[in-house]
Amino acid sequence: MTVFRHELRQGRVALAIWALSIGMMLGMCILIYPSMKSQMDQVGEMFAQMGGFSRAFGMDKINFGSFPGFFSVECGNVLGLGGGFYAALIGIQALAKEESGHTAEFLLAHPVSRGSVVAQKLLAVLAQIAILNLVNIAITAVCVVIIGEKPPIKSLLLLFTAYFLMQVETASILFGISAFLRTGGAGLGLGLGAMFYFLNIVANLMEETAFLKYITPYGYTDGAQILTDGALCGKYLAAGAVFTLLGIAAGFLLYRRKDIG
Amino acid sequence: MNAIQTENLTKRYGKHRGIDNVTLTVPEGDFFGFIGPNGAGKSTTIRLCLGLIAPTGGSVRIFGKEVREDPIGILRQIGYLPSETAFYNGMRVRELLKFSADLRKMDCREEAERLCQALDLDPDRKIDQLSLGNRKKAGIVCALQHKPRLYILDEPTSGLDPLIQREFYRLLQERNKEGASVFLSSHVLSEVQRYCTHAAIIREGKLLTMGSVAELGHTGVKRVTLQGIDRAPELPGVRSVKAEGNTVSFLYSGAPGQLLSCLASLPVADVSIAEPDLEEIFLHYYSKEGQV
Repeated sequence: MTVFRHELRQGRVALAIWALSIGMMLGMCILIYPSMKSQMDQVGEMFAQMGGFSRAFGMDKINFGSFPGFFSVECGNVLGLGGGFYAALIGIQALAKEESGHTAEFLLAHPVSRGSVVAQKLLAVLAQIAILNLVNIAITAVCVVIIGEKPPIKSLLLLFTAYFLMQVETASILFGISAFLRTGGAGLGLGLGAMFYFLNIVANLMEETAFLKYITPYGYTDGAQILTDGALCGKYLAAGAVFTLLGIAAGFLLYRRKDIG
Repeated sequence: MNAIQTENLTKRYGKHRGIDNVTLTVPEGDFFGFIGPNGAGKSTTIRLCLGLIAPTGGSVRIFGKEVREDPIGILRQIGYLPSETAFYNGMRVRELLKFSADLRKMDCREEAERLCQALDLDPDRKIDQLSLGNRKKAGIVCALQHKPRLYILDEPTSGLDPLIQREFYRLLQERNKEGASVFLSSHVLSEVQRYCTHAAIIREGKLLTMGSVAELGHTGVKRVTLQGIDRAPELPGVRSVKAEGNTVSFLYSGAPGQLLSCLASLPVADVSIAEPDLEEIFLHYYSKEGQV
């Protein structure tokens, strides 16, 4: 597990910055909830009347006055965008950074199989995403206690699970793409991460575009649906699992045959 | 057994030329120089030997094994120094050396310490703060610390100062005496001439010649330097004429008797007839290809 440990060490500063930045925004959102709560009924009504805009962000079906409803929209956006971008970034760089940094020749001239390098890098990506989420869960827990809300544990865990899986899927798809690249591709990673996010917004807007939810990893992170059903949407999860596996398989297959130069 | 054996090794990058039908033999225990100008295909050949890239045709065997058959087993026996030594930023030299040793599942601390001292490299420095030469040294320690059976070194001395170059070759010779094989690429002919026993010359992806460094020197060509005249004698086999003041120097590949009888009739003050150095031999092999 030398490569795994090395990857974690190399990524620790970025992980700390992303985890704390997202955690801070998350914490701030939760801490302002008590002062927003009284106004939330009106806000909820207002959002409900904003038609397409509210639908795009899934705010038409949510009770803003309740903490889970508030959390799923406000914090969901922070976790969705922040976590999604972080996952996209580490996913796209996982394999390609060795070549863009000219370290691939050094690394792969050691007696470690390509398959093992890919597996350890993938594990490191997943571990970093898991750490980011654990930090955010801890910050959420502390802030929920501070504002004196009774923590809606099941709802929060479902939301966190959805965002974790979305990040895993995003990272896996970009991990597969990473095997094609010879440069770091940070721009491509963030671009695709943003595209996934906006595809979900478009999917929310109209019936005709709803199929996009099968494509974007954000398809099963719809807070309103999760809170209403008390579960993640199985069909979108299944589609996500397929994309996740395809990304991982592409990473393994391509990198094992790739010319390193 | 051969440390490296390539047969008709070919690599094409789309339209770009890589290497073409390179057949190369490096016997175990040899100190082998691989000479060629930049872009000749030295690094491509080396990457093929390490399995970093796949050949378009032909085969590479390291210690008798096809590289793609057992890459891990082969890489375990190799110490490799890339021509561009780039490492992970933020690491200290010591951490890099440990990372390299860990990847080999070995403890090389003692040897790493000894090599760092010999090459005058501070293991506590951060890699991103190192000069090019010091990065090269870190790469050398990575390639040497596990005492491999075969050293594959791509342009190992570029960026090193002459004292460290000498120390580096001393270390390599020491390993070579202990039985290890050394395969190094270079475009500096004098170092190949000084340290290697065998050499091959590559140009534009094709192997021009291969043999012992001494044999490669016996090309039938002599470097003739004459003092007291300002023009080279007009004889068949005279080329690469350099005239400076009353000294004239040229390469001669004609009959020796003809040269001597011609010299007898000239007002020559001093004569030297020597083996050409590898630089000139290099040019000789080029010119055989009708390029120079």
